[in-house]
Amino acid sequence: MSTQIISTPETLSAVADLPTSTRDAAVVLTRVTKRFNDSPGTPPVMADLSLRVDDGEFVCLLGASGCGKSTLLSLIAGLDQPTSGSIEVPAGRTALMFQESALFPWLTAGKNIELALRLAKVPKSEWSDEVERLLDLVHLRGQADKRVHELSGGMRQRVALARALAQRARILLMDEPFAALDAITRDVLHEELHRIWQETGLTVIFVTHNVREAVRLGQRVLLMSSRPGMFVRQWDVEVSGERRIESPAVSALASEITQDLRREIRRHGR
Amino acid sequence: MAVDSPVVDDVASLEAGLDALDSPIATTDKPAAARRVLGSLWPPLLAVAFLIGAWWLAYALKVKPPFVLPSPASAWNAFTDGLATGATQQAIFNSLKRAFVGFAISVVFGTIIGLALAKFTLFRRAFGPLITGLQILPSVAWVPAAIIWFGLSNGAMLFVVIMGATPSIANGLKSGVDQIPSIYPQVGKMLGANGLEAIRYVVLPAALPGYLAGLRQGWAFAWRSLMAAELIVFSPALGFGLGQLLEQNRTLADMPAVMATIIAILLVGILVELCFFAPLERRVLRQRGLLGDKL
Repeated sequence: MSTQIISTPETLSAVADLPTSTRDAAVVLTRVTKRFNDSPGTPPVMADLSLRVDDGEFVCLLGASGCGKSTLLSLIAGLDQPTSGSIEVPAGRTALMFQESALFPWLTAGKNIELALRLAKVPKSEWSDEVERLLDLVHLRGQADKRVHELSGGMRQRVALARALAQRARILLMDEPFAALDAITRDVLHEELHRIWQETGLTVIFVTHNVREAVRLGQRVLLMSSRPGMFVRQWDVEVSGERRIESPAVSALASEITQDLRREIRRHGR
Repeated sequence: MAVDSPVVDDVASLEAGLDALDSPIATTDKPAAARRVLGSLWPPLLAVAFLIGAWWLAYALKVKPPFVLPSPASAWNAFTDGLATGATQQAIFNSLKRAFVGFAISVVFGTIIGLALAKFTLFRRAFGPLITGLQILPSVAWVPAAIIWFGLSNGAMLFVVIMGATPSIANGLKSGVDQIPSIYPQVGKMLGANGLEAIRYVVLPAALPGYLAGLRQGWAFAWRSLMAAELIVFSPALGFGLGQLLEQNRTLADMPAVMATIIAILLVGILVELCFFAPLERRVLRQRGLLGDKL
């Protein structure tokens, strides 16, 4: 089975016009600027950034360190407020996953998921069935009583994913969730995430500095520049056939994007 | 792109293999319980034997006259006599009751103050140094004031115990909260925990190891504060505690009984530590995978 990836690169203006779409929007950012420092001399972390993510879309944000990828997720998650601009999340609640699983070590895997259900105001009577269903979904059936330190890194991230899904969120924000995993585990988790995305119809915004990972997973890959963070280019990734990290089509697009990413990084050295 | 089921099965089995390979291996080769207890008992027993030996030697060499420094055997006899009459048990019961009541009140105060120290910067800046100062202040210093305020009463002893234990508990909880990795409160917020829920489900459990250390130290301070208070708050109207027993034996110049009472005070302290705080702390740390091989 040969994999074909048809990518349509598109250079974005500094203020990207929001594309119109026939689908409902999950997240709409309009001219968002974020400064951590109030003094006008320092450049903002992100400037005039606009983005529209469709409901059910899988978007990968790609960029070097300091491009404000993580900040952007915090803003969408509502953990932080923009300095100016507006952020709308019509799809409702968001769930956020980090590079570390950030599971609570005083709880078992099952209780971690249960706490998310409790805080999401899910009726108590549904907890045990839900925990079982979610653990099943991430292929961790029967591991509910394991403590966090008894799980491998990949298992922890899957429990964290189950916990995120327990929040009844429609949008899953992922901040380099697989960066700390070994390549084999990461590869498996890519397949898992892809499957779960298809089964649940969630909107996923996935931040990474790994170009292949972005091409492997995203329907759309957005390249961000650094200081200030802005979108410079985007690729719509259409795949026919199976998309694997080692397939030539993924490699080809990845090297194209890598060149652009390197060009962006070089600009800062001048 | 449709995913056909054989592919899913393939990933699932691959994943199961990875999970089996990558999971940390549980240390199952624990020695039998009896052997483990014996193995952990002999070093402290040896130390005790050494100390009794040194005591006996000092007695045998007549470093001090026998009525000042009695032999270990006569102290043991006094100890068993005390047990036989039930006086020691009664004193232990009275003292433990006072210490527990004082400790329980201290836990309430210490927890509230500790949370306030951890959560409110202004409160911490205002009261933090004072509370640390109180922790350093020997609580026996409160005894004269307590007697004047509360008379020779249980209230006076309770006050001294509370002043001794509360600062340790508050500071323990404060440092426990300070040491919480910043990602946990962030996750709590992400999961939708409001203020009280965040304290109940995230802050308190995350701070539990530091809080337990504070409780443990608080108990030690409560016990020693009580003994100091009981030595001085001496009134026939009050139930005899170990401190009063010690003071009575001193005034009667019954040195074997004095030594026996000191040993009883020490034993109670060790037993509470061994039977309550040590297992509790070990359990909490083991649950979180924070316990190494050390026992």
